[in-house]
Amino acid sequence: MARRGSAWAAAVRTPVGACSAVLLAGVVVLAVLAPLLWSDAAAAIDTDAIGQSPSGAHWFGTDALGRDLFFRTLVATRLSVGLAVLATAIGVGIGVVLGTLPSVLPRWAGRLLTAVVDIAVAFPGLLLALFFAVIFGVGTQGAVLAIAFAVAPAFARLVQTLSASVSGRDFVAAARISGVGRVRLLARHVLPNIGEPLVVNATIGAGSALLAFAGLSFLGIGVQAPDFDWGRLLREGLDGIYVNPVAALAPCCAVVLAGLAFNLVGETVAGVVGVRTRTSRRGAGPLPSVPPAVAAAPAGDAVLVVENLRVAFPGPGGWTVPVRGVSFSVRPGEAIGVVGESGSGKSLTALAVSRLIEAPGVVTADRLEFDGKPVDKAPDRELGTALAMVFQDPMTSFNPARRVGRQLAEVSEQHHGLSRRAAFARAVDRLAAVRVPAAARRARQYPHEFSGGMRQRAMIGMGLMGQPKLVIADEPTTALDVTVQRQVLRLLARTREAEGAAILLISHDIAVVSQTCERMLVMYAGRVVEDLPTGSPAQHPYTRALLATTVDLDTDRDEPLAVIPGRPPEPDQVPEGCAFAARCPLASDRCRTEDPVLEPAAEGHRVACWHPQVSVLSGQSHEEGAA
Amino acid sequence: MSALEFAGVSVRYGRLTAVDGVSLTVPSGQVVGLVGESGSGKSTLAKAAVGLAPVSAGRVLLDGTDVRRLPRRRPLQMVFQDPYSSLDPRMAIGESITEAMPRGTARGARRAEVARLLELVHLDPERAGMLPGQLSGGQRQRVALARALAGQPKVLIADEITSALDVSVQGAVLNLVRDVQRRLALSMLFISHNLAVVRYVSDIVAVMYLGRIVEAGPAEQVLTDPQHPYTRDLLASAPSTHRDLLADTDDPLADTEPADPHHPPAGCRYHPRCPIGPLVHTDRTLCTHADPAADAAHRPHRAACHFAA
Repeated sequence: MARRGSAWAAAVRTPVGACSAVLLAGVVVLAVLAPLLWSDAAAAIDTDAIGQSPSGAHWFGTDALGRDLFFRTLVATRLSVGLAVLATAIGVGIGVVLGTLPSVLPRWAGRLLTAVVDIAVAFPGLLLALFFAVIFGVGTQGAVLAIAFAVAPAFARLVQTLSASVSGRDFVAAARISGVGRVRLLARHVLPNIGEPLVVNATIGAGSALLAFAGLSFLGIGVQAPDFDWGRLLREGLDGIYVNPVAALAPCCAVVLAGLAFNLVGETVAGVVGVRTRTSRRGAGPLPSVPPAVAAAPAGDAVLVVENLRVAFPGPGGWTVPVRGVSFSVRPGEAIGVVGESGSGKSLTALAVSRLIEAPGVVTADRLEFDGKPVDKAPDRELGTALAMVFQDPMTSFNPARRVGRQLAEVSEQHHGLSRRAAFARAVDRLAAVRVPAAARRARQYPHEFSGGMRQRAMIGMGLMGQPKLVIADEPTTALDVTVQRQVLRLLARTREAEGAAILLISHDIAVVSQTCERMLVMYAGRVVEDLPTGSPAQHPYTRALLATTVDLDTDRDEPLAVIPGRPPEPDQVPEGCAFAARCPLASDRCRTEDPVLEPAAEGHRVACWHPQVSVLSGQSHEEGAA
Repeated sequence: MSALEFAGVSVRYGRLTAVDGVSLTVPSGQVVGLVGESGSGKSTLAKAAVGLAPVSAGRVLLDGTDVRRLPRRRPLQMVFQDPYSSLDPRMAIGESITEAMPRGTARGARRAEVARLLELVHLDPERAGMLPGQLSGGQRQRVALARALAGQPKVLIADEITSALDVSVQGAVLNLVRDVQRRLALSMLFISHNLAVVRYVSDIVAVMYLGRIVEAGPAEQVLTDPQHPYTRDLLASAPSTHRDLLADTDDPLADTEPADPHHPPAGCRYHPRCPIGPLVHTDRTLCTHADPAADAAHRPHRAACHFAA
């Protein structure tokens, strides 16, 4: 709760937040105090001062009965704002009931109600308000009900949509299985989870209601004399607009200011409770510099050289650095696996290499070279053809509205200048190369007509439209089944053979990596902690622990599974010293104070640990088997 | 002591038959592991048991009673795949657990029960007031398990409970589930696409393909002596230290596409991918028109294959 409180305090310090707080406070104070203080002044009829222009005695002038318009405008605040809020409250109440009833009512009744709401939503709100105003009769009460009924359908629709998305989530299913009834389900699980957007919309809705109410009063079907609100004052002031323009302008300004107050408050509330309307870039300051990590031995012909790569994102409390100085190189035709738990920075490393980190993220590196040239200076065309990316979710990496063949062909049209026809022919050829059956026919299909495995093939095929020197595959098989996983991994291996492309395979599955790659980078908390040939025994305690926790078909069923106690540090709370020390059985005092750097341990083997395990323990069957 | 039995259960969504005449028994106090690829209908089968999917044919029986006749609070609980969406983000975890308790639990007893359950899943009872957002994925999955146990189930269904977790956490959750199952002598249906995980947890393994069970039997037997070619394919695809995953066979079937559940093939559903079927042995035309499910009961492991090895 403290966090929530400080978020409110921070929101009020923003320009919008400050404005909305001041405006709202002003409106509320006026609504409460003005009628108490100035009711008499506003009602006092002065026949000596009829229809006067603004003067020292009457700042906004006087009306046809000589009443002071300044005080009348102030006193009208309570009625104007109060009625608008009342109308909104009734409208939201009706909307919530209409919106939630379908999930409690029998199915047919629910459908009928939904249909009625859908039809009501189709009418413009003001038109509905006029319609209802006629039905309910002229007067304050009628106008409140009219506006309430007019805003209700939109809120009903909103509630329906929001609760439908919440109802589809597993925790509602879990509650149903536990025997929680419909009404309680609605009250305890659905409504609290849609409350925030509802409150935001209601606040903004109150602003519109204020305007609508002023409109009704202006038309003469709202507040009736002797009561007065801003709409009524505007109507009266309009008659004498050439004599005293302020008489009409003052209530106008009041309506605008109060409406603005509601809208800005809605905006501020939205910013705090999470319905993001804009992102804040404040508060991060300049990126702190770090001493460069030990330079990796330069690999002369490497296709990818990464030295001291860091990826940082600004946060409210300073920079968060999820990738903290990663160094490695990839030789041509080499297959390298990157493993680590979620949050270890492996995907961000891949994105940084392919220049896909978007602002406000910041990528820095001592060296980041692809094919001998700095990545940040490489032209798009070169990167677009020599570097291929395969992502985890093949459904989102294709445009669902375009045929697969055309999307592949686009690469060649853009980067190789091929004609439309030639590019399409190449697309078909490449689809066949990644063994998509009936490639010519499938090239004319849409992504949704492809199965997950086929889509992933097509994605690899898209990478093969050029001559890739490096294929970066980010969890390419995580969304796929084991049989399909094997197909895709084989395809990557074939691609490597046929095209001589190097592969950077990012995976959380150390078993997959150790069987498909020659070298493995183990990442932990934004660092590479070990870089080893997949055949040789691991030396870092983390790598060993990861290997030990892997369940495979030979795991002893009678023993409990090995576990790594604790959890990785959050990217903004990386401790001093070795990040793994808190979970490491071998950690010493040195580990907790001094951060080990990645240093060569053997031929082609680097490890960042003060206590690398060199002896071959029993239980090293994983590494040996993979050799 | 309770057995869960699926007797010829089918689930249809419009024209899609997600589960097609599945018969499977979870014997009392045992763990049945259900494996299969996505879209094979294994999660739908679980949902049918707890009433989240409509059973269009057949019956789900708990100790011989149709689950649809059971009271609203069934002695049948489920743990979901994604611990990030299976707990109400606005409800303290203790409250979520309390909610699943049987009616009539006294107020004072509730708090003690929450503490007991949290301790059972190796969480500090002091955390009962925390929101799910303050816990890690593994801890949330423990809470989800505690909530399921709060309903005092006789049968527990675990639907891909570790697939959203990191390997380092997976082990701890599996150890816990196994430990709890043994201590409480629960019957359990354990669903996973990961054969190695299923092997570790289960006494009995059932393999599902396109809405049907194609093989079922004691875990060791099914995994060491698989009868159905699909089971063999699954075993061969699982990453293992004994085989090279990439050993490129020039198998013409290596790149076949999984069948579309909306248009299941005639005859044996596996025949378009089968390495011992009509695509390889041209004389085996039987597979393309005769459904091997009909006399599966007579074959070892109830294998739905005309040419079961």
